[in-house]
This record gives sequence, structure tokens and C-alpha cells, in this order.
Amino acid sequence: MAEMMFWEAVRRAHDEEMERDPLVICMGEDIGVVGGTYKATTGLYDKYGPERVIDTPICENSYTGLGIGASFLGVRPIIEIMSVNFSWLALDQIANTAAKVRYMSGGQLTAPCVVRSPGGTAHQLGAQHSGRMEKVFMGIAGLRVVTPSNPRQAYGLIKSAVRCDDPVFINEHEIMYNMKGEVPDEEYFHPLEGSEVAREGRDVSLFGYNVSVHWCLQAAEILAREHGIEAEVVDLYALSPLDRAGIRRSVARTHHALIAEEAEPAVGVGAEVMAILDEECFYELDAPPVRVSAATVPIPYNHTLEKAAIPNAGDIVAAVRKMLGR
Amino acid sequence: MDVADKKRLLREMLFARRFEERCYEAYVERKIGGFLHLYPGEEACVHGVMEAARPGFDYVITGYRDHVHAMKCGADPRKVMAELYGKETGSSKGRGGSMHIFDVEHRFMGGYALVGGPFPLAAGMAKAVQMKGGEEIVICFLGDAANNQGTFHESLNMAALWKLPVLYVCENNLYGIGTRIDRSTAIVDQYKRVCGYGIPSAQEDGQDVEKVYAAARIAVEHVRSRQGPYFLELLTYRYRGHSMSDSNAYRPKEEERMWSKRDPIIMLRDRLIEAGELTREDFQDMDTEILDYIEDEIIAYAESSPEPKPEELERYVLAENDPWVHGGRH
Ligand SMILES: Cc1ncc(C[n+]2csc(CCOP(=O)(O)OP(=O)(O)O)c2C)c(N)n1
Ligand SMILES: [Mg+2]
Repeated sequence: MAEMMFWEAVRRAHDEEMERDPLVICMGEDIGVVGGTYKATTGLYDKYGPERVIDTPICENSYTGLGIGASFLGVRPIIEIMSVNFSWLALDQIANTAAKVRYMSGGQLTAPCVVRSPGGTAHQLGAQHSGRMEKVFMGIAGLRVVTPSNPRQAYGLIKSAVRCDDPVFINEHEIMYNMKGEVPDEEYFHPLEGSEVAREGRDVSLFGYNVSVHWCLQAAEILAREHGIEAEVVDLYALSPLDRAGIRRSVARTHHALIAEEAEPAVGVGAEVMAILDEECFYELDAPPVRVSAATVPIPYNHTLEKAAIPNAGDIVAAVRKMLGR
Repeated sequence: MDVADKKRLLREMLFARRFEERCYEAYVERKIGGFLHLYPGEEACVHGVMEAARPGFDYVITGYRDHVHAMKCGADPRKVMAELYGKETGSSKGRGGSMHIFDVEHRFMGGYALVGGPFPLAAGMAKAVQMKGGEEIVICFLGDAANNQGTFHESLNMAALWKLPVLYVCENNLYGIGTRIDRSTAIVDQYKRVCGYGIPSAQEDGQDVEKVYAAARIAVEHVRSRQGPYFLELLTYRYRGHSMSDSNAYRPKEEERMWSKRDPIIMLRDRLIEAGELTREDFQDMDTEILDYIEDEIIAYAESSPEPKPEELERYVLAENDPWVHGGRH
């Protein structure tokens, strides 16, 4: 296993899939000559040429639609949208075409495309560059949504997503591209469904995804060290479909549940997990489950205010202590 | 086009007219639900263009006014009607409806309900054809009002930039629902709008199938010989309301009268009669035969077909048994 940065893992997945299959292409704004805003496609333009590593004009909905149309005829596009904030513009083609075409054609036509986009709050990018849109995508039938929390997942999820016949939205995070982690040396395909136990524990289940997995892991350390509480951290890398069985399994061990999310609480991942807890394992719970979410505000520019808007490990620790009365 | 071709086209267009009129009746009888957009008046557009192309080989995509386009590509009319009836035997197994006819086997790549949605999809299919190196072209039929969507400009820009083999056909029937083109669109001549992208274009009478055919031959040849995209505007008129819920009250009666004199079917019929290639009786027989066929074969098929099963409600949402969902393991 070699350590590599998140962006290197993303790049490696592109490179291997493009090397293997001449119908795999990638497209997006500044991904070619420039190599991508987060370096995720560096060098691919020189290696595969402008026909397969496509610098698109700035027209998110139509270049996404173009990728979807190409996927109808067997091309496997990896479509990058520079920031999830811009993916609102591409929602028409993602939601109305890619996600629905299999169904409304009675299974005749599919859109096996991958749309990758980084989001989340980075460092003082302001209200229009700090969006968290996973809640929007995970509510669309016919679309798979995954979100990697480390380089291994980033690599393996792209590999599986490219080969899967369904459209897959991959929600990345702007602050994670320089994060290091181990990635298998041999080819690795991460499942597009399920969840991973990132840390075992018996007292409480902390559910996280993407960046909030890291807050949960930090919180679990503090809880163990300072409060004698053993938290289990469950990484919900698949947001649609969500792993109901995995959620139930963990709560059956710990009987306590918390879900941490970087987005505002309304109609979000936390709300969905709460509903699943209610439907799947209500009688396993020894205390009401808790959501730790962002404040319901457009993300402010000011550094102190920005930090105040987003939850952190300390918030999770406090919520767990309150839940357990310790 | 020789006489045999013209007679065949006359029959095809008359069939399309009668098929759509029968849909109207079935809608009134509540056999067909939802939105229903009919094509009478515009038949020469798809028939003339596809006559110059290769139906079943070239990829075709369009909006929601899609029944006739699907059938011209080779879709079985019985399955199209069964789709309108919402039956399991329908072209989309009853999951699509009037606005979502698909027949991928005949390369009819669908009807789409979002105005302007197919523009980029057509460009994308053309990108795939370009990569794979086939001889196919992609033909996208959309209305005049769709050209005010961002996707029109965005897609034509990319199609021109990358020289994609796509023919955009604008069926300009002068209205987007009830809004006449000069009330929605700064430049009424649609073919002029693509010059900003360096795309060659033409405007033609969309009621005369022979003229459409001649203009389409140039367009198709341009795209097929890999010179890049082309834009063909056809001036036409729909004889019914926009959809079934539309009373048509916004259109001046004089305008409707004027266009009814330019009925594409009557024009071709009279031309053949004048040339001594057809008699009124021939036409009458053709019509009777078509009406019988629609009733005995098409409607009977749709009526007697089974409904989809509620147990299969969730089929076709996602791929079935895709190994990559589990990381390549079964
Ligand atoms: C994105 C979107 N906006 C609005 C509508 C509602 N709508 C359906 S058809 C139509 C008019 C389109 O006119 P045109 O493109 O000229 O095609 P025509 O119906 O005349 O063939 C409108 C506004 C829609 N289906 N999709
Ligand atoms: Mg119109």
C-alpha cells in the first residue's frame, strides 16, 4: 500500500480507466490544459489528447447533457463540475435526463455517466462557493450518490462508478484534495452501496460521511481519552441508496446514535438517517438520536463566523456526553 | 424522388395524420391520459428530412411531440399506441407515455419533455459517433420556442467547436403553446440565429415535402461528410392545439385558414393527381385501408394488451445485478 494524496488517487482512477477503455473520456472546465482546479486530471491531456480530455466551455447544464448523450451510445464520460455550487445549473440534465431515462424508456436506454464535483465549506470562499448539495442529489430516484472520505475510497469509487451502468454522482470535498491516505497498489473497486465501520466501539454510533467522518473520528478519540466512552464511527460513503442494514447493525451494538453533517439540517442526510433509525431500529435505541448539523445560514465570509456555522468534533463530543449523561 | 417514393410518402403522411387523429379520439374517450401533443399539419417536416437520411441507422431525438418521429424511424405503431394506453406492451412498457416514446433498436433515442433538453443530448450522441468513427449522423428535431433556452446556444456552440455530426431541425410552427414567435423571440427567422456559431443553415417551406427533402439532402450531406453541424429551419403549422388542454383561441382564424390551404398531404396528393399518377379513388382507398388498419391492428392491440404489474413498479430505476455496485464481485 502506498500513501497518496486524495487528488492523486482521483487522477490515478481516471488514468487507469482511460488507459483500459478508449471510450472513457473526461470533461469539464479547465481540466485539460490546466489539469483541473484541484490537479485531479493533471497530465491526462498530454497523454490522451483533447478528444478524450475535454476542456469544456462554461455551460454546466449543456456539457453535462453532452456527456449524458454520449453515454447513451457507450461512451463512459467522467464529467467534472468545478464546484457543486455550479451543479445547480446542471440539475436539469442530471435529474431529468440521466436519472430518469432508464425508467421512462422501459429499460431501453441508460446513461452510464459519472459526475464528480467538489463542494463543502473550504476557507472563506463565501456564500456562493460553500454549498453542500448532497441532499439534493440523494433525493433523485435513478441516480446513485457516493461521497469519499479518503483517497482509497476516492480511487475505488471512481473505478466502480465508471464501470457501473447507472449514473453516479460523486460528491468530493474541496479541503480534502491534499489529504494523504493509503491506497492499494493493485486495482481496487470500492462498492457503490453499503457503509464502512471506520472505528469500532460499543457505547454510541457516530454516523458521518465525507468530511464529517473525520470530525467523528476526532470526537471518538477525545471521548475515549477523556471520558471513557467508546464510540463507533460509521462512514456512510453511499448516500443513495443509504445503507439501512449497516445503520441498524451498528445501533444494535451501541443502542445510541448521532449523525454529523456539514449541511443545514432541513431535508438532509441527518434527517434521512433519523427516519431510518425510526423505521429500522427504534426499539434498539436507549436515548433519542441526535443530529449535529450546520447553522441554517448562507456561509459567511468572515473566518470566525464561518467556523461558527459549521459543526466540529467538539460539538459531537458535547452532544454525545449529553446523550449518555457522562 | 421517383413516383413510387412520392406515393409511399403520401401514404406515410396520411397514416401519421390518421394515427394522430385516432389518438385524439382515444384521449377524449379517456383511454390516453396525461399530456398529448399531436403532429397534424407538420407531417412533411419529419418525413422530408428522414427521407434524406437513413431511418433506423441515423440517431434521432426530439421533444414531446414525438409519435410520428418514432414511427418514421421504424417504431411499430402498435407499440406506440400501446404506450399511449400505458400498457406493458408499449414501446416504453407503459412507463413513459406520449412524451417519452423510445425505440432504441431503431435508433429513435427518445422523446423528452423539457423544452430544449435534447439539444445537448444530440451533441453528445454525435460526440460518441465521432469517437467511434461510424457513418451515422444525429438528427435533433425541436420546436421554434426551444431556441430560447440556454441549451440551444450552449449546445450549438459546442457542436460547432468540436465539429460534431449533428443536424438540428427546427420545426417552426410559429408558436410556443400560445405565445406567437414575434412576442417571444427577437429574431423571428430562426436560421439566422446560428450564424453566431458559424453553423451553416437554411430556411425552407415545411409544408412541401419535396422541398423539405431537397433542403434536407444538402443538410444531411453536409453533416454526413463530417463538415460539422447544420441547422435547418422548416416553416410549418400545427392544425390542433398545442396539447389536448389547449383551445387554440389565441390564433387568428384567418391565419389558420391560410395554413389549412397549405396542408402537406393535400398538396402532395393534388400534385400526384395533376401528374396523372394518382386518382381520387386511389387516395380514398388508401385512406380507408389506413383507417381499417389503425382500428383492426393498432387500436385492437393497444386495447387487448395487459397493464404493467404493480409488483414491477420499481423495475428500471437502476441497473439490475450490476456487479460494479459491489465492487466487481457478484
Ligand atoms: C423547460 C420547460 N419549460 C416549459 C415547458 C412547458 N412547455 C411545453 S411545450 C412548450 C412550448 C414549446 O414550443 P416549441 O418549442 O415551439 O414546440 P412546439 O410545441 O410548438 O412543437 C412549453 C412552454 C416545458 N415542458 N419545459
Ligand atoms: Mg412551436
